[in-house]
Amino acid sequence: MSIGSKNGVIAKTWREKVGLAEMLKGGVIMDVVNVEQARIAEDAGAVAVMALERVPADIRRDGGVARMSDPQMISEIKAAVKIPVMAKCRIGHFVEAEILEALEVDFIDESEVLTPADEENHVDKHAFTVPFVCGARNLGEALRRCAEGAAMIRTKGEAGTGDVVEAVRHMRTIMSQIRTVQNAREDELYVHAKELQAPLELVREVKRLGKLPVPNFSAGGIATPADAALMMKLGAETCFVGSGIFKSSPNLDGSERLKEQARRARAIVESVLFHKDPAKLAEISRGLGAPMVGINVSSLPEGELLATRGW
Amino acid sequence: MGVLAIQGDFERHLEAVRSCGAEGREVRTPQELDRVDRLIIPGGESSTVGMLMMRFGMMEAVRARAGQGMPIWGTCMGMILLAESIEGSDQPRLGLMEITVRRNAFGAQVHSFESAVEVSILSEPLNAVFIRAPIVVQWGPSVEVICRWQDHVVGVRSGSVLGTSFHPELTDDRRMHEWFLAWDPSSSG
Repeated sequence: MSIGSKNGVIAKTWREKVGLAEMLKGGVIMDVVNVEQARIAEDAGAVAVMALERVPADIRRDGGVARMSDPQMISEIKAAVKIPVMAKCRIGHFVEAEILEALEVDFIDESEVLTPADEENHVDKHAFTVPFVCGARNLGEALRRCAEGAAMIRTKGEAGTGDVVEAVRHMRTIMSQIRTVQNAREDELYVHAKELQAPLELVREVKRLGKLPVPNFSAGGIATPADAALMMKLGAETCFVGSGIFKSSPNLDGSERLKEQARRARAIVESVLFHKDPAKLAEISRGLGAPMVGINVSSLPEGELLATRGW
Repeated sequence: MGVLAIQGDFERHLEAVRSCGAEGREVRTPQELDRVDRLIIPGGESSTVGMLMMRFGMMEAVRARAGQGMPIWGTCMGMILLAESIEGSDQPRLGLMEITVRRNAFGAQVHSFESAVEVSILSEPLNAVFIRAPIVVQWGPSVEVICRWQDHVVGVRSGSVLGTSFHPELTDDRRMHEWFLAWDPSSSG
């Protein structure tokens, strides 16, 4: 949280980092792999795009080591849209993060979707001007990431599956742990901090606020407008949709497929706005074509789970 | 007091309005707009909110109320949507102010900043938070410039409409909200 002052300008404050996350609330952040998809996402009403070479479903299919995307493609996408552009670095790979900051991406996702570079340490996110988002499965993990300087938390879910079950599990866990802390007596917070393996100061902050100290978004398996609305009702403030859009309509090709994907993208944006209105959701969900085929998370062997990466 | 709650940091504005002792309401539909007498359009993404306003009849509804003199204040994205013209873009907008805005005028998020600014409607300087902020690059005779940061126009008002590039809702300073709650455009001219 360094503060430098020059010509009356105070830059690099925590407020700007969390402030951008606040601006993204009530929106949808979409994974895109090229300029064409980025423009479709922007036109459909995405509040930001995540620029990456392969969506999680392809990373899962291809196997091997998944790394930061080519700066060339990130720059091309930055040039093509006016909305914020995010990009992913590997867990603990602070040099990838430095490169992404030099590229002036608007947010860095230190992501379990890529192959971790460090199995103990995450990136020291306070050392950066650019804000970070990190995944979490529970309150302790979320607060450890906040302690390291994350300006936004998202549920991990199980990326690239199109199965929302893990995102639901993680959001319910975080929200229920927040309620427990909120109802605890002050003198019980020491034990909560110990059990959550999280800094006491941040546990106190959760009790005071009744929510995470930073915006709480959802990701990992959202594939339909109803999935997005479900996550919003469970407490998400915005949804990340990864493979769910540009892996949908697998039965179509070329421009027909893109057209249908654009319709799905727009429908998911609308479903976040109207998540409390089932009649509107019914209208929004009508005739969207085939969602991504997906993989049942329960059929995945443990070694293929992405959510267990990060500590 | 209504806060347009389609997307963006509307909760922060609602908190600010409530801490001034006023009633704050979320506004998403024309029916909800009917129940408020002032409107704040928050920060967020202008392309997202413009599209959703078009799709759900909010552009016409807000324009109609503006025509009846309802005070409207746009912060950051809100100011973009109020503009008649947006540089290099034909995205949907309300077009209630004779201004041309440049989106994202300072560049990417790493160039977001805070700085003290003089606002003509306040007696003391304000600590302004700029996040991927727009600026006003052209303005017509109906527009009064109320704030500049260095050479850039970052605050304007015209008739019953107010626009700021920065985000008073992200600080604890409530003077801008208090001013807007008390603003009577018919008397201040």
